[in-house]
Amino acid sequence: MTRLHVVTLPADASFQTWRDHARELLRNDTPASFVEWRVRSAQDDLFAEESVLPAVAEGCQRTVRRGCVKLLQRILCHSSPDRFSLAYRVLWRAGRAPGLIRDAADPDIAAANHMARQVRHDVHHMKSYVRFSEKQVAGSVSGSQARHFVSWFEPEHHILEIVAPFFAGRFADMNWLILTPKGSVAWDGAEAVVTREPCARETLEDETGHLWHTYYRSVFNPARVKMNAMRSGMPRKFWKNLPETGLIPEMLAEAARRGAG
Amino acid sequence: MKRTFSERLAILSDAAKYDASCASSGTEKRTSKGGKGLGSTESSGICHAHTPDGRCISLLKILMTNFCIYDCAYCINRISSGVERARFSVEDIVWLTLEFYRRNYIEGLFLSSGIIRSSDYTMEELVRVARVLRLEHGFRGYIHLKTIPDASPDLLAEAGLYADRLSINVELPTEKGLSLYAPEKNAAGIRGAMGHIRGRMEAAAEKAPSGRRPPRFAPGGQSTQMIVGADEATDHDILSSSATLYTGYRLRRVYYSAFSPIPDASARLPVIRPPLLREHRLYQADWLFRFYGFGFQEITESRPGGMLDLDMDPKLSWALDHRALFPVDINRADRETLLRIPGIGPRSVAALLAARKHRTVRLEDLERLKISIRKVRPFITTPDWRPTRLADRTDLRALFAPAPAQLSLL
Repeated sequence: MTRLHVVTLPADASFQTWRDHARELLRNDTPASFVEWRVRSAQDDLFAEESVLPAVAEGCQRTVRRGCVKLLQRILCHSSPDRFSLAYRVLWRAGRAPGLIRDAADPDIAAANHMARQVRHDVHHMKSYVRFSEKQVAGSVSGSQARHFVSWFEPEHHILEIVAPFFAGRFADMNWLILTPKGSVAWDGAEAVVTREPCARETLEDETGHLWHTYYRSVFNPARVKMNAMRSGMPRKFWKNLPETGLIPEMLAEAARRGAG
Repeated sequence: MKRTFSERLAILSDAAKYDASCASSGTEKRTSKGGKGLGSTESSGICHAHTPDGRCISLLKILMTNFCIYDCAYCINRISSGVERARFSVEDIVWLTLEFYRRNYIEGLFLSSGIIRSSDYTMEELVRVARVLRLEHGFRGYIHLKTIPDASPDLLAEAGLYADRLSINVELPTEKGLSLYAPEKNAAGIRGAMGHIRGRMEAAAEKAPSGRRPPRFAPGGQSTQMIVGADEATDHDILSSSATLYTGYRLRRVYYSAFSPIPDASARLPVIRPPLLREHRLYQADWLFRFYGFGFQEITESRPGGMLDLDMDPKLSWALDHRALFPVDINRADRETLLRIPGIGPRSVAALLAARKHRTVRLEDLERLKISIRKVRPFITTPDWRPTRLADRTDLRALFAPAPAQLSLL
């Protein structure tokens, strides 16, 4: 009789951590239904041990296709505690039926695709809505000319590793720091450093923000008000970190006045 | 008194908002990693904000100046309009673009201008902005330049060297409309410039026998815009015009802009609310042509007066006019046929075709394939579903049309 395996992981466990456990389970041919994946919560006492792995032999006999690994990497960025067991179920089944992940009508694959989609949206939103403010730095230590910028963003999932290359490739000649409740990304002109330490919010006044508000107000066409289209493009949950959305009530009132006149 | 920078920005962005395009997509992939410079591009564009008119902000969309020597009736910046005028210098625009970009407000710049002095002078100034951004500041973000139709070919070639996308607005869907409302512009000149741009793009894509690459030319393609509802053109006229633009001039995008009454409007124009729903239906029809394998003729041929149905989307309307083709067996139909089913898009078709290799698709599977059962049910069959009654009903249209709304008294 096979006994139930319990694997306990930290809430923000990375793909690599999960993969090491998954490999060990596969090596012992442990079916998905015999594994219970637990998340160690903050309330757990100090002595509740994380699962410790015996040294894992590199290279597992079973291989899965690249598309499957990509899907697993994506869903392990999700914040749902169910991701560990779902990912192992997909891995277990894909090892036996390689074409499985192409069948979007399969309940496990549909659930995995759904998580992957949410992660992808989160990544896209982070690229869209991170806003940098310039930080005046007195007397540059290294003598470098680079300007310093800081941003506060609240991602839903563990996506900092995925988006870091985007910001590094785009703002290469600046020094920048993105702070989030799930960690931070910092760039010093050479290397993007990602941490998973929760950060405190930092807000800075930036003069250029006023010009942005002027632009936002002026480029709006008051003859066409389509609030639903606006909300579907820029969901409500982001508004609190986008200062220009504070102008919307005033812009709508102005549009109504013009429409009536 | 000299206006502040912020006041000039307000005037010049207000003047630019009647251009619908804000796309930052379709160009080559670039980053500033490892070298000097700033910026990158993504294969699909990024919107950094949305305004309450439902449009997104991806680019800094401004006019260099809203002074203009032309008198196009539909344009807020025509010479006879009483709007406030302003002008930005090349340095102003470069500075603003870079500062907005560094704060991640924008993907780049969409620069246009009223015509001042001459077409060549204006185009030269626009090109100078792009050149300074690219060469002096190493800017690798997106640049979209509005092309002045009768500017010299040399200027056009230089514009294509720095810009990701070029555009010339055809403005009105028919030549008659253009000569009526834009006396100084001529349709032949606009089409001539578009053809010229197409030629250069194709030349830039070809490698010489020596292996030398020809100079870069606007890798993001060209786009245009038509104003909808200012003249008498029908949807059929508009869509035929688009068909020519897409196939004859290889345009990347045609934008439809519902004519919105502008402040200080010309007396020659109709006083109307912007026909937003009509604009929406035209975009849907445009999508059917570009991604669903529909011909433009098919979409409007059975429509009375050549106008699309405002009550329902053009695909549903087409399906109701061609009921004999339905229901479709979603386990056997080919890709082209699946794309004709109302409620199923290209992505769902791909998922459906992949899933079919593993299973016989039943009604309950559709939800997981992101297909709305409610929308597609009347048009499909599965082993567990057959819409016996729906397709034969004579009141089918009424089932889909929205409930009648009380008209406004005023």
